[in-house]
Amino acid sequence: MAEAATAPVLDVKGLQAWYGESHVLHGMDFQVRPGEVVTLLGRNGAGKSTTLKSIMGIIGKRRGSVMFEGKETIHLTSDKIARLGIAFCPEERGIFSSLDVKENLMLPPAIRPGGMPVERIFDLFPNLKERLTSQGTKLSGGEQQMLAIARILRTGARFLMLDEPTEGLAPVIIQQIGRTISRLKAEGFTILLVEQNFRFAADLADRFYVVEHGQVIDTFASGELEANMQKLHQYLGV
Amino acid sequence: MQALYGQLLVGLINGSFYALLSLGLAVIFGMLEIINFAHGALYMMGAFTAYFLLHYFGLNYWWALLFAPLIVGAFGMLLERTLLRGLQGLDPLYGLLLTFGLALVIQGIFQNYFGSSGMPYAMPAELRGAVNLGFMYLPIYRGWVVIVSLVVCLATWFLIERTRLGAYLRAATENPTLVRAFGINVPLMITLTYGLGVGLAALAGVLSAPINQVGPLMGADLIIVVFAVVVIGGMGSIMGSVITGFSLGVIEGLTKYFYPEASNTVVFVLMVLVLLVKPTGLTGRAN
Repeated sequence: MAEAATAPVLDVKGLQAWYGESHVLHGMDFQVRPGEVVTLLGRNGAGKSTTLKSIMGIIGKRRGSVMFEGKETIHLTSDKIARLGIAFCPEERGIFSSLDVKENLMLPPAIRPGGMPVERIFDLFPNLKERLTSQGTKLSGGEQQMLAIARILRTGARFLMLDEPTEGLAPVIIQQIGRTISRLKAEGFTILLVEQNFRFAADLADRFYVVEHGQVIDTFASGELEANMQKLHQYLGV
Repeated sequence: MQALYGQLLVGLINGSFYALLSLGLAVIFGMLEIINFAHGALYMMGAFTAYFLLHYFGLNYWWALLFAPLIVGAFGMLLERTLLRGLQGLDPLYGLLLTFGLALVIQGIFQNYFGSSGMPYAMPAELRGAVNLGFMYLPIYRGWVVIVSLVVCLATWFLIERTRLGAYLRAATENPTLVRAFGINVPLMITLTYGLGVGLAALAGVLSAPINQVGPLMGADLIIVVFAVVVIGGMGSIMGSVITGFSLGVIEGLTKYFYPEASNTVVFVLMVLVLLVKPTGLTGRAN
């Protein structure tokens, strides 16, 4: 049991991926352990979002190894991967315009018992409760982001992949999303986060991987951040 | 006045078939982005299946209403799995060409065995006769067709717009990749959707068998008008295709009364007008 607790939930080795002809990931290696929040940092186009999509199996061609809870997923289709207990919140949020808010919220099927009850979701995101009958895409950007996170909490998946959840949002909304992620972490969710907003990620994550040209080039624990600020600024070009 | 009511009724009946067929086309187009030119041939297969069930298996009209859509729907799913699936991601033109070819092949096979002339299919005894509505006599079978068609269209609308399964369908129409990444078996849904659309066509075929004769070309004649209906209503809208189907049937009927010479062309004139003013169709979304 002690060993199971330290074994990674997600173990990515030599992951390569292609968009059509263009080779985007050149051998990503990283791990996420149970209950951790791990952030992929890197410049635009470094391959962070592609990494999440490759884990989810929604990219044309991939090679290498993605072990989830000890099971190889590289040859599985995305519906099978989701059923293993991985939930994905895409960068473009993926709110459906032909569905109202309630239908959007209820769309992902429960894949495991123990998903968050809808009442608790409304505690986390009270705005959604008032807008249940609105068309999904009529919500503000912040509300759409909350809806995109809310719907995957219902499914019972304990491993969440969030792709730039703060992109384009107002500071007050970013704070709310930050508090939500902290609460989820406290409840034992394991989270793989892609984030451009370094300040936001710095407060939440246990560990960071720096991605460049489709490879992990460096890694820090949150305690090592201060000591590595100089290097990090160089990597991210900020 | 009797003649006007009579034509209105004929219009409603034709509208029932237009609605059932264009609804199936809309459902298929929404999910598969395929313009299913084989729809008329599958409608014809529905009528023939009713005929076979009666003559070879002794199963009457009521059984045919149940079994023909299931049998032809299953045949449709086989087509989807073996032929249409290969066209995914290609230009919709390929789907149109493939289904057009399929229609010709299916019609050709039936013509080879049954010739071009139709065969009669007896009206079920329970639905023979007419009722006096006061202002006109309504043949019971015709009233039955209109009611069944309305109920089936509304049920399909309810299924797609108001149920969880329908929400999967609408979502998968918008973004199949993401819906699949939620753990939903989208390829299976696509197969079932095609089966549903084809089943609706087959049901229309069974309903039509006692009114029109059962013949290999019955679908080819109808499908041209149905495509005009779909263009007018707007591809992909469920309610739009139902309402347009019924309305155009009635408009056709009215034209037959007021200006019979134009009754065969009025739908196409309307189609041209709609294309000029609103190319996406009356209820269609720009895409």
